[in-house]
Amino acid sequence: MSYIPNTPNDQQAMLATIGVRSLTELFDVIPPAIRLERPLALPPALTEIELTRLAQQLAGRNRSTADTVCFLGGGSYDHFVPAVVDAVAGRSEFYTAYTPYQAEASQGSLQAFFEFQTLIAQLTGMDVANASLYEGGSAVAEAVLMASGLEPRRHHVLLADSVHPDYRQTLATYTANLDLHVQTLPTPAGFLDPADLKHALRDDTLCVVVQHPNFFGCLEEVEALAAISHACGALFIVSYDPISLGLLKRPGDYGADIAVAEGQALGIPLTYGGPYLGLLACRGEFVRRMPGRLVGQTVDRNGRRCWVLTLQTREQHIRREKATSNICTNQGLMALRAAVYLAALGPQGLRETAEACARKAHYTADQLTRLPGVSLQFDRPFFKEFTVRLPVGALERGLLDRLRDDGFHAGLPLGRWYSWLADCMSLAVTEKRTRAEIDALASALGRALTAK
Amino acid sequence: MSQPQATELLFELSRPGRRAHLVPACDVPDRPLSELLPAGALAEKPPPLPEVAEIDLIRHFVNLSTRNMAVDTNFYPLGSCTMKYNPKRHERIAALSGLADVHPLQADESCQGLLAILFELQTMLAEIAGLPAVSLQPAAGAQGELTSLLVAHAYFRHRGEHQRSRVLIPDSAHGTNPASAALAGFEAVSIKSNLRGLVDLDDLRAKLDERTAVFMITNPNTLGLFDDQIGTITELVHQHGGLVYLDGANMNAILGITRPGDFGADMMHYNVHKTFTGPHGAGGPGAGPIAVRDTLAPFLPTPIVARQGERYYLDFDQPLSIGRVRSFFGNVGILIRGWCYIRTLGADGLRRVSENAVLNANYLLARLKGAYEVPYGERCMHEFVASARVLRRERKVSAMDIAKRLLDFGFHAPTVYFPLVVPEALMIEPTETESKETLDAFADTLLRVRNEEAAVLQTAPHTLDISRPDEVKAAKEPILRWKP
Repeated sequence: MSYIPNTPNDQQAMLATIGVRSLTELFDVIPPAIRLERPLALPPALTEIELTRLAQQLAGRNRSTADTVCFLGGGSYDHFVPAVVDAVAGRSEFYTAYTPYQAEASQGSLQAFFEFQTLIAQLTGMDVANASLYEGGSAVAEAVLMASGLEPRRHHVLLADSVHPDYRQTLATYTANLDLHVQTLPTPAGFLDPADLKHALRDDTLCVVVQHPNFFGCLEEVEALAAISHACGALFIVSYDPISLGLLKRPGDYGADIAVAEGQALGIPLTYGGPYLGLLACRGEFVRRMPGRLVGQTVDRNGRRCWVLTLQTREQHIRREKATSNICTNQGLMALRAAVYLAALGPQGLRETAEACARKAHYTADQLTRLPGVSLQFDRPFFKEFTVRLPVGALERGLLDRLRDDGFHAGLPLGRWYSWLADCMSLAVTEKRTRAEIDALASALGRALTAK
Repeated sequence: MSQPQATELLFELSRPGRRAHLVPACDVPDRPLSELLPAGALAEKPPPLPEVAEIDLIRHFVNLSTRNMAVDTNFYPLGSCTMKYNPKRHERIAALSGLADVHPLQADESCQGLLAILFELQTMLAEIAGLPAVSLQPAAGAQGELTSLLVAHAYFRHRGEHQRSRVLIPDSAHGTNPASAALAGFEAVSIKSNLRGLVDLDDLRAKLDERTAVFMITNPNTLGLFDDQIGTITELVHQHGGLVYLDGANMNAILGITRPGDFGADMMHYNVHKTFTGPHGAGGPGAGPIAVRDTLAPFLPTPIVARQGERYYLDFDQPLSIGRVRSFFGNVGILIRGWCYIRTLGADGLRRVSENAVLNANYLLARLKGAYEVPYGERCMHEFVASARVLRRERKVSAMDIAKRLLDFGFHAPTVYFPLVVPEALMIEPTETESKETLDAFADTLLRVRNEEAAVLQTAPHTLDISRPDEVKAAKEPILRWKP
């Protein structure tokens, strides 16, 4: 099945119009020496029935969050996705369109992206947001590159060790060959101490990058960090959790210059890490240095309100090597999901969702830390995610495998990224978790820790 | 049927107190928030999002959707974008709970089915490329380019060839090529096209030297031409110690017919959302996996899916790896769709895709070339670039005017004003999933439109929800968000 309507008769008629005898002749321009003279070595073609059966079999070999209670976080969260999100994103008028270059034939997407930009600006308290980036990690990298475009004479980047390790690695990869020096500031107490930042700031510090709440789940002292950064003329970049903004102060309220995020929590399924959604918002005066697409409002020839892609002279298809970023394809459909999600929740729904996460996370922490040998690693406030220290060697001895057998994706072991946290794991608790699930996890953990 | 109901902005539809989502009553002890979080961290009130009822929300977005042209509603011959049909089976499979509800940091043991799919996709993409090592990590074509160039940079650094600072790029290339080169720390150097629209070998020879790191080529190129000098080109680049990069945007023309690895490319990216029918999602998400030669494999981003016996696992153990270009594994949802596509078509099906994509493009070319100038080539691969230069000169009708007028007849416009080497460019890519009747209707329309009065064309479209937007105003006084 190749989804090709041409019949042999059609092909013959078309070949005659073209003036060639065979399909093969159309490829005459390809030198014989480089033609593939055998069929590709690929598995045999499958009908829809066979493909569906195979996919279902393979899907059945995964422990999805539908059958295993998920306390995993670390930048990807098992939040509830309302049906309206799937209903809208499932409209093929949206998902089979492409980048809205022809505005008159793309007003649906353009208006939706304009609304998305507005919703993200409202969510963050920032002046403007772009129409999306790939995901949370490259969003951090793009924010730093954008800062560098704003302040080309500054080359020193300060990055908290409590930022998601994938985001830090992504930033390191993106800046590997550029004239930027990234210095990582340790966070042994689970947060970036403002005094440590003050010491590390230099005259040529371009920007300070923190995550709030951070990878361990802890809140950062964002107001103090922003003020200290600004006092040195450095830009303050924060990676936030969009759900947390139902409760916490917004980046725009505490002085962030560029606010980025992983937007997966806003109605996007887990899907093993992607496609997700990079969010980037900033102060209004930075708009001409922003990466990625922007939708703007204008009028048509009859004065009717409408929307277009705008400020394209920032972008690669116009500016080529001088563009603000190389991004072209973004995450449009995921931005649409986020827009529908935020509109469905509204201010009250977002507040209640955030409250539920915070209450359930604290309840979970209380229940787990009652177990002998389990304690909170950091004495810091947290929102929906927190880090616990477990008895020495428990993780190495297969604790998480055992808990999975009991029906839990219990937590994320942190030793892979932080050797000093080899006996620690983080847990994330969303509004989906119930008291019964949390209590069952505590019991299962208790049993697992006392077994043998 | 397009209609205006509920297409005011969400924010104008908002009324205090309306809701579309409720959160269950809290079943854990209801401690005051002040006990949980420091007062200084809390906002006084939630963000000022709109408040709408579910019916308003759905009617709003569904009515908005009808203001789009899309592959499912209209022929969409947007050159360079491969707007082929997006099979519905892919959507259903990608939404299976056993695939969509898998957390990216689950233990390998708990997602063997997904890893098996991704491993098989790596293997199949390597075979189609003729290049043995694949990374599925990049989120889109442009990120695939960047990743490959970072791999090249690391490779040369490892070999101590620090002087290789330049990336050579034909002037017909996508803008992402030079933008990615700059971001990867290289100087982008433009190579001219010759009179046939192919790489100017003299200019290439003149610019190749010990500073050359990579030559990036799109083949077939953005004019829809297969560069038959490719053997000479790759030989020249290799003689100077450089690497050849294939921009795989146009892979739809050569699946199973010739392989980048076999014609001398050392690395390439795929656009899964184009060649393997993503879908495009109104601008993304895509997926931009890359394939490279053995010698470059140690520098690929991690993780890669590996297999030991019957067990699949994420392999992070690559000491020379460039690191990551994003968080988590990749745009897995799109990769799953690509896997579905290749498994559905098989070798024979993929080859027929390219044969029919090239047939359809040549058929349109044959029907149009008497009426529209096609500066390069009597024949093409999967797309071709016509020019409205004569119309512009004689009747002040531009490529944009033609494009806009096509919308009135229910056809999405071709790509216009790209590639830059053709004035008044109309870049047309029909894809293999269109029927002869559709192609004929499109050709008939283009032929008819050409003879319409200039004034009709210059003011088109006439039948859509809006007429031409004022783009100058949009850029001069940017309004990028709604404000109360």
